[in-house]
Formats: sequence, structure tokens, C-alpha cells
Amino acid sequence: MDPRRMASRAPLHLVILLFSAIWIIPTLGLLITSFRDPAGIAGSGWWTVFPRLFSGGQFSLQNYVGVILREGLGRSFLNSLAISIPATMISTFIASFAAFGFAWMRFTGRRWLFMLVVGLMVIPLQMTFIPILPIYRKLALAGTFPGIWLAHTAYGLPLTTYLLHSFMSGLPKDLFDSAAIDGASAFTTFSRIVIPISVPALASVFIFQFLWIWNDLLVALIYLGARPRVAPMTVTVANLVTNRGQDWELLTAAAFVSMALPLFVFFSLQRYFVRGILAGSVKG
Amino acid sequence: MLHTGRWRPWLYVGPALLLTGFFLVYPTVMTIVRSFFGRTAQLFGPNVEFVGLRNWAYVFTNRVMLAALRNNALWAVLFTGCTVGFGLALAVLLDRVRYEKLVKSVIFIPAAISMVGASVIWKFVYAYRPPGVEQIGILNAFVVALGGEPVGWLIARPWVNNLCLIAVGVWIWTGFCMVILSAAYKNIPRQLMEAARIDGATEWHVFRHVILPLLAPTAAVVATTMVIQVLKVFDIVFVMTNGNFDTEVIANRMYKEMFNFFNYGRASAIAVVLLILIIPFMILNIRRFTQQKGGR
Repeated sequence: MDPRRMASRAPLHLVILLFSAIWIIPTLGLLITSFRDPAGIAGSGWWTVFPRLFSGGQFSLQNYVGVILREGLGRSFLNSLAISIPATMISTFIASFAAFGFAWMRFTGRRWLFMLVVGLMVIPLQMTFIPILPIYRKLALAGTFPGIWLAHTAYGLPLTTYLLHSFMSGLPKDLFDSAAIDGASAFTTFSRIVIPISVPALASVFIFQFLWIWNDLLVALIYLGARPRVAPMTVTVANLVTNRGQDWELLTAAAFVSMALPLFVFFSLQRYFVRGILAGSVKG
Repeated sequence: MLHTGRWRPWLYVGPALLLTGFFLVYPTVMTIVRSFFGRTAQLFGPNVEFVGLRNWAYVFTNRVMLAALRNNALWAVLFTGCTVGFGLALAVLLDRVRYEKLVKSVIFIPAAISMVGASVIWKFVYAYRPPGVEQIGILNAFVVALGGEPVGWLIARPWVNNLCLIAVGVWIWTGFCMVILSAAYKNIPRQLMEAARIDGATEWHVFRHVILPLLAPTAAVVATTMVIQVLKVFDIVFVMTNGNFDTEVIANRMYKEMFNFFNYGRASAIAVVLLILIIPFMILNIRRFTQQKGGR
């Protein structure tokens, strides 16, 4: 490349470099700090570790051991899993039945019921808490995992049903005709043909729903409260910020533990992940 | 269409209808009704008091609520402008370099993590120590290195701290805007830009008169999506300032009225405000979306 062209492209690279720096540096600071000891964190900025990066003795896993064992983050990690996985499975399960019914079955009110379910996407979740919570308390569902599974399932249904419906209604009609000729029942058609074909769509829906629930703070605060026994990681980390706001060795390690799984999903399933995130942006 | 008889279809769609009916339709109606009643949790009972428009008067006259409405407006303008603007700039600029994929991943990563996590990351960036003590937040370290006084970023009201919170939101959502706008950009036929360049147009002209008009519909959809997101902003404010120092927003106020003050009437009215603000943007988005689909 000739030098003139390189010079004219320098501003372009600089702008991109600046953006990249703003996006990397805050996370890098968190990561480095989470491995430093409390005295080091309080005494000097995290960027001062670089000149003596390999001198040893300044990094350890102590903070992680501390938050996981003593601050209850280990418990919260398991709680987050116990909330996200069943809730995601139930909602994907119910949504795929509904999407199939709305796409390929004949019944009165099909069109407007579908519009209604999908139209519920406009409702901000704040509209739902006040009437539901007293009922939850009466039924002893408040503060329980089944309670939050049901809530997350219902809140996710408008979007998941819509996404799966647009996929399933696009399937060729011949598929269903030939299945009917072979004498297959509706359920056989659904479970043997439609579900296997829909795996890519189901995967995207599953990932976005899982990450949405994993990263959710509001719904968990409302229906689970701040009880440590059932609190997911988002709630525990938010509590740490409130109660231990200056203990950066705890906060940074805790935040990183809460981000580990989403980052793993991001790097291992990037294609589905991007599709899932884009699809999920309109939710609640 | 499958022929399944009269009852079979309801087995498929029934569970979804029941769940959305109970968790979304019923409470929405009740919350609207509730916004005209007093503070008690039970709507049917001995202590129920019809208060007419008193909750609504509170929403639109109380000092903190007005600050919340103002802040949400500030968020809507700045957050939307920055996310869509940066997303657009990155989509166009990154197309010209060979390391596009890598930078895109870097910018998109915050979309994966929770807003709680992102808030902790940025709270540390904004960390404040008094003058003379070594700064551990990188932003204040910069300020001090340049010869300035350290700033209490999250306390300096009302503009600095609100801007600092909005920056966190922008950091989280820019990647999302970039990915969508980049996909739209790559769909523009290259000949269009080449033709303009051969005719002597500068890069700025190509952007202004070829790229921008073709990206405008997508940018509009992205922008409305951002507005809807930002009207409901909660996590960032809850974690970083809890609405103190004039940083209150509608969703956080609703949470406080419900869980700190136990005023269910007011909390309901605030929730309805959120609904009313969101509906026009949702309609816009749905209409544009169906138009795009029909045009394809």
C-alpha cells in the first residue's frame, strides 16, 4: 500500500481504535481488579499492574473463593440455573405448541386470539406486578422457583410464540398434506416433523429466553424478593453493591462470576446468540 | 390447515392463552382500575378507598416524579441518538477495515452480560477518591493526570450523573444497533456507491446522499426499539444510584412506591404512565415492520 493512502486511512483506524478502547478498558479493569488483593486495589489503580505484570504475587483467586463461599454467590449461581433452565424449557415448550396451533389448525377466533397474544408484547412488565403479587402471596408462590418459572414463562410467551409462529407458518403446505395422506395425526405431525425441522428457530428462541432470564433483575426482585436462599446472581450482586459498595475485591469478582456463563454462551454459540439477542430486543 | 376437530386445537393454544391471560391481560386491566384507588394492596376489601385522580395528580406534580419524567426524556433523546448514531458510524466504518469481525465482537459483548454486571463495571470506572488520594477509577485518574480535580461522577447533579448513567446504557446497546445497521448496510448494492464515486462524489457525499437514505428505514426501526427499551430503564439506575441525586427514572420510582412505600395506588398510576408512553412507539414499530414485510 502506498504511504499516501495509508496516511489518509489513519483517522479511520484511530476512530475504530478509540471505540474498541472504550469498549474493552472498563471490562479489562474489572477482570484485573478481581484478581488483586484488597490492599492493592485500594492503594493503586488497576492499570499500575502492567509494568510488573510477571513479577508474581499480585494476583490470586482469593476474591473468587471469598464471594463464592462466603458471600453466597455459589448458592446464587445454582439458583440462577434453577430459575433459568426450567423457565426457558417450559416457555419454549408451551410456545411451540401454541405457535403450531395458531399456524396450522382451524378454530374459531384463531386470527384475533393470535393478534391478542402477540400484541401483549406492548405491555411493560410493571403493569402486571401489583395485581399478581397478592395472589402469589395467597397461593404461597411468592419466593418460590415454580412461581418465578410461571411468571417468566408467561412474560416470554408473546414474543416466543410470535417468533416460532413466523417460522412454522412458513413451512411448505405439502409437508402437512403428505403427512395427512400417510394417516399421521396432528400430534405425530407436530412431534415427528415440525419440531425436528424447527430446531434452528427453537435454538435461537431458547438462547435469547435463557439469557433474558439469566440477566433479569426486576422480575426476580418482585417475585423472589431479596431472600438469599432463592436469590439469583443478579439480585445478589445488586445487594453487594448496596451493602458492600466500596469492597471492590468482592464486587468485581462477583460481577465476573455473574457474567461468566453468558460470555461462555456468547463465544461458543455466537451465530445463534446474535440471532437470539436481535429477536429478543423487543421483549417486555 | 390440518383437520383436527373442534376441541383439539385448544389443547395446543390453551396453555399459552391461560398463562398470558392470567399474567398479562388480567393484571393490565386491574392496574388501570387500581390507579384510581388508594394505597392498600387488596382491591376488594374493607379498606378500599376510591381516590379519583389523586394518584394522577401526584404523578404529574410531585417533584421527584417530574424529575423522573424529565430524566426519562433525557434518556430517550441522548441514549437513542448515541446508540443509533454510533451503531451507524461503526457499521459504515468497520466495513472498510480487515479486522471488522473482531471489533464487532468486542462492541457486541456487553449485550450478553446483565445490566447489573455492566453497572458494576462502570461504577468502578466512575470510582471517586478525594483530591490528594490516589485515584482507583480510571476516569478520575485521567482527569487528575490532565491536571484537573477528581469528579464525583455519580453525585454531580443533575447533568453529569445522568449523562454518566446514560453512557452505561449506550455502552450496552450500541453493539445491538451496529449489528442490525451493518446487515442493512451490506445489503446496499455496491454499484450504487461506486457509481457515485466515479461521478466525483466525496466519501461524505456518498454517505449523505446514497447510504443514509437507504439505511433510514432500518435506522428508524432501531431507534423506536431503543426508545421502548429506554422508557423502561431500571437496572442501571437501581444499581448505580437508586435514583438518588436527581437520577430517578419512572420504572425505578414505580418499584420504590411498591416495595419501599407500599403505595399500590400510586405505583399503579406510574405503571400506566409507562404503558401510555410506550404504546405509540410500539404501534410505530409494528406498522413499519409490517410495511417492510409487505414490500419484500
